[in-house]
Amino acid sequence: MNKQSSGKKALNFLGANSVPIMFIVIIAVCIPIVGFSPTFLLNEIVTRLSRNAFLILSLLIPIMAGMGLNFGMTLGAMAAEIALIFTSDWQIWGIPGIVLAMIISIPISAVLGLLCGKILNAAKGREMITSYIISFFMNGVYQLVVLYMMGSIIPIIHNNIKLPRGYGVRSSVDLTRIRKSLDNLLAINIGGVRIPMATILIIVAMCLVIIWFRRTKLGQDMRAVGQDMEVARAAGIDVERTRLISIVISTVLAGLGMVIYLQNMGDMATYSSHSQIGMFCIAALLVGGASVDKASIGNVFLGVILFHTMFILAPAAGAKITGNEVIGEYFRVFVSYGVITVALIMYETKKRREKAGIGQQLAAAQREGGVTRA
Amino acid sequence: MSNQTPLLEMKSIRKDFFGNQVLEDINLTLNEGEVLGLVGENGAGKSTLMKILFGMNEIRETGGYEGDILLNGEKVTFATPFEALEHGIGMVHQEFSLIPGFTARENILLNREPQKKSVMAQIFGERMNTLDRKAMEQKADQAIEKMGVEIDGQMVISDMPVGHKQFTEIARELSKDQLKLLILDEPTAVLTEQEALALLDSIRSMSAQGIAVIFITHRLQEILNVCDTVAVMRDGMLVQHVAAAETNISEITRWMVGRSVIMERKNTRPVPETRTIMKIDRLWVDMPGETVRDVSLEIREGEILGIGGLAGQGKLGIPNGIMGLYTAGGTVTFDGEEIPLNQPRRCLDRQLAFVSEDRRGVGLLLDESLEWNIAFPAMQIHNQFLKPLLGGLIKWRDEKAIGEVTRKYIDELQIRCISSKQRAKELSGGNQQKVCLAKAFALKPRFLFVSEPTRGIDVGAKALVLEALRNFNQESGITIVMISSELEELRQICDRVAIVSGGRIAGILPATEPSEEFGALMVSQVV
Amino acid sequence: MSEQIRTDDSILVRVHRALKDFGVPRLIIAAFLLLMFIVAPFTGVNFWSQVTNVFNRFSWNAVLVLAMVPMVHSGCGLNFGLPVGIIAGLLGATLSIELGFTGPVSFLMAIVISTPFAILFGAAYGGLLNRIKGGEMMIATYVGFSVISFFCMMWLVLPYKKPDMAWGFEGTGLRTTFPIDKYYGGVLSNFLKIEIGKLVIPTGALLFFALLAFLMWAFLHTKTGTAMTAVGSNATFARAAGINVNRIRMLSVVMSTWLGAVGILVYEQGFGFVQLYNAPFNMTLPAVSAILIGGATANKASITNVIIGTILFQGIVTMTPTVMNGLINLDISEVLRVVVSNGMILYALTRKTEVSR
Repeated sequence: MNKQSSGKKALNFLGANSVPIMFIVIIAVCIPIVGFSPTFLLNEIVTRLSRNAFLILSLLIPIMAGMGLNFGMTLGAMAAEIALIFTSDWQIWGIPGIVLAMIISIPISAVLGLLCGKILNAAKGREMITSYIISFFMNGVYQLVVLYMMGSIIPIIHNNIKLPRGYGVRSSVDLTRIRKSLDNLLAINIGGVRIPMATILIIVAMCLVIIWFRRTKLGQDMRAVGQDMEVARAAGIDVERTRLISIVISTVLAGLGMVIYLQNMGDMATYSSHSQIGMFCIAALLVGGASVDKASIGNVFLGVILFHTMFILAPAAGAKITGNEVIGEYFRVFVSYGVITVALIMYETKKRREKAGIGQQLAAAQREGGVTRA
Repeated sequence: MSNQTPLLEMKSIRKDFFGNQVLEDINLTLNEGEVLGLVGENGAGKSTLMKILFGMNEIRETGGYEGDILLNGEKVTFATPFEALEHGIGMVHQEFSLIPGFTARENILLNREPQKKSVMAQIFGERMNTLDRKAMEQKADQAIEKMGVEIDGQMVISDMPVGHKQFTEIARELSKDQLKLLILDEPTAVLTEQEALALLDSIRSMSAQGIAVIFITHRLQEILNVCDTVAVMRDGMLVQHVAAAETNISEITRWMVGRSVIMERKNTRPVPETRTIMKIDRLWVDMPGETVRDVSLEIREGEILGIGGLAGQGKLGIPNGIMGLYTAGGTVTFDGEEIPLNQPRRCLDRQLAFVSEDRRGVGLLLDESLEWNIAFPAMQIHNQFLKPLLGGLIKWRDEKAIGEVTRKYIDELQIRCISSKQRAKELSGGNQQKVCLAKAFALKPRFLFVSEPTRGIDVGAKALVLEALRNFNQESGITIVMISSELEELRQICDRVAIVSGGRIAGILPATEPSEEFGALMVSQVV
Repeated sequence: MSEQIRTDDSILVRVHRALKDFGVPRLIIAAFLLLMFIVAPFTGVNFWSQVTNVFNRFSWNAVLVLAMVPMVHSGCGLNFGLPVGIIAGLLGATLSIELGFTGPVSFLMAIVISTPFAILFGAAYGGLLNRIKGGEMMIATYVGFSVISFFCMMWLVLPYKKPDMAWGFEGTGLRTTFPIDKYYGGVLSNFLKIEIGKLVIPTGALLFFALLAFLMWAFLHTKTGTAMTAVGSNATFARAAGINVNRIRMLSVVMSTWLGAVGILVYEQGFGFVQLYNAPFNMTLPAVSAILIGGATANKASITNVIIGTILFQGIVTMTPTVMNGLINLDISEVLRVVVSNGMILYALTRKTEVSR
């Protein structure tokens, strides 16, 4: 392989990391305009990091296995919400409540993940759009369960959770008695910034688990399946099962992450908390420099920081510039979608270029390398 | 030293694909550590024989095989390649089976990695063991050493030169401790001269370690250099099995292409001496697997020119490149005027037509009716079968005219179908080929490329297709260039036959020359 | 290996094969709708007013579903980027009103004004899709979303002044929803409408759809239309026959986008309101699932699919709430609609690739 000139290397670096760089520029422009105090900003970022990081970590495993961006993580979020409805109804609060909710969410997530994985195995090559539609489909099923079956077929004891008509869960479930239970545990204060140590420790532990996972046989198999299903199959790896496992793990992790998210938020919008969460997490991951087929732990953290900083700044910047805060809110939604669009386009064009390249490589090899006869 | 019992015995192996006999009574023995060179034209049956040996699904799915395979005196049957692997048979195919983002070491031990037990494995199953990277390094490097060619175990496959990828594949097979027989399918096709020599050394060292090798290649010199014995296959039979030391290249060539029965020539006219209608100058084509490097050719008006050669040498690249289906360069002049390359439309406008070898992928709209298939190019290029409406602003599809022309060709070419509206995918291979021909004829071209016209169709349809081409040539004076892997077919119909080898024209001879001459050309510059 | 010609298939076998091709889910949906119609009178719901509802909703939505056809035909897949066309239509609507047109003329002008936007946006969108052949559906979805959210900002910023549309004294920007009875509300539906007791047929709107459907059908019978079908059926075949595949795909995208623009205008005239901001988010999936329910696949769609699919889909959406409510006093229509429409799309996505190779 040829050595590239440093100029070309710099250009390549810019190209490969265009999205994070763009974000840094936007943020650099907005901060002076908005004029938030550094303490405020830091507090916000730490809170959002501890709230979202676990959820975004759940996206790493399917990318490793070649399943692309797992829009089906919403299913894990739904499992967490159902679990929290139950723990709230059974009036189990604080740390025990959180732990119990996590435990309950696991089997629900596992089943949903299994279903999702099976459907995705039937739609190879179209995993992303399929997981996207699955999340909508499951939303309907979720509503069927939560809006109709809970309180009627599934026993819910307390009336403050149920709708006035007697069945179905209210559109907002109060979680104040769990609120910040995990966050406040072992919280420390550094210079006015509150750091929720317990949550951070859990996140760090998860990162270590992911690093360890990559070293296992299963991790290696997933990486193989993610790069070339046919070669992996020819080597004897059970491709379908490996893909299925990756989705199940991702959904379970998303469930646990959603419990962490909701304990920080303090209340749950029963029918809408989970819908945007998938999109925002994926956008954040992509902002951190990940792509559809390659994502690292570094991408997760960089992404959370950049994305959520922009998230906080945009409405205020919009207000300062145009006098209209709503513009800022629309702007941040636009940027989220835009980031995903750009990442998808870059991924597809890269795929196409590689395919063309292989043909040319072969031809070149034959042209230069092949045995030459007189 | 070889044992009393041969390592491998294949007894009376027979195989047919739906009535088409592909292998007839093959008897072969191989001893431990022996290097056997297996040669033959395309279609001779080499790959089918190897697929049977390696237990590939395709064989089972098409009715299995007759005869016995014995390993060390014991009869074996393999239901899958994995069983063959367990019994010590390994195969390196022509298409690489490697994970691009993994290192050579990871690929060599793919799904057979040494593991360190972990606690999680007790609960969640074996795959939670961690990989023992140190042990992997050792084992992989051992295999590389066994292979005898130095490659960097740390290098990621996508960064490797093509030749090293080949060596990685071989190392992978060697890392399987139970390996006793290695089949190499045309391994030197992608290697540089140096790498090819290194490979031959590697084969010698494998043989010295007691591993038998079946070496499939068209490079006869290499066979003589490294093999102990040579087996020649032709038309599904094993015609010779001799010691390499006792034969030479021209003898082998003769065995490969010589036919005892001289087929009746249909084309009895003398070779036309008309003017040159197409001049091809230094053509190159980037068609993966059929690369054309440097082809120069002059085609005479009204002749039927055949282009033959072994698979992968580039003969299919010529028409595909000229007609713009694959990237090409060089100069092509037709009837005095140059044709711009890489633009299919221009060729069609100049009244060139092409019947592709890829019937299903390029030649047909499988889900549409015969009418659509036959009439489409003529409609789009020459505005045929269209009714102008609103003073020519709208070109409306004239279904009646389309139906008429379709029925005309159904009659002429005896296409067997329920109606002209039947969908193309429901026809048999032979009839589909006739539809492709009709499509080309409907364009009323002056020059026709036909690629593998009789591939995969039954005997009756074969004769009809060739007859139709010959008639078309005689009646309308159209120049036909026919590309085919079947040398005898070309010699039957064509006036002259050119042979492509190593992406270049190895030579052109009148079709009446004996097969051995063409055979010699075929193996002369093989890549 | 190729299949032999089946000359001796009995009627029964052919019917069986046709049903299998049609698909079990579609049969279930059709049966369900039929059941709704049969049960309706017994639940105290007025049968004829329900039929009117179905007619109405068909007439509003059919053009949006028709917009799927060109892109499916040319192999670009289901048009998840329908919002691009919808935005062009919304620009046409708002500008037409802003420029002062009223009544039926405002409808015509809306179409005229959206056309250049549709062509411009469609060309850009088509150019993008040509670079990413194979990954169209996912990217189209997000292009659509990006365009919608971009225009969410635009609706606030662009200098619209008309009091019927824009916020009053305090700020600038357009309102989220505004009625158009003074403009083109009902302009098609009321044209030549037929009233028989409780049954009202919106003839004008149906005729308009019929006109567009006829034009689509006619186009597919021209030289270019034939080329478009070939491109979708086998792009390599088309290229070998000298067709400029990229140009044809681009044309199909522009056509789909224009039909999307006209489609939203037809919807608005039926619905009676113009909906901006986040409303377009909800228009794509119903159109996609409608055409799938009608029998289309990711690479084959006909006008019959459009008609059948829209009737079935809108039928379910209209009938279920009222009938279910009447029957078991329980309104699960919303949930049912979500499950049915998305389930249909999932079914289509998980079938083996349709086009034979």
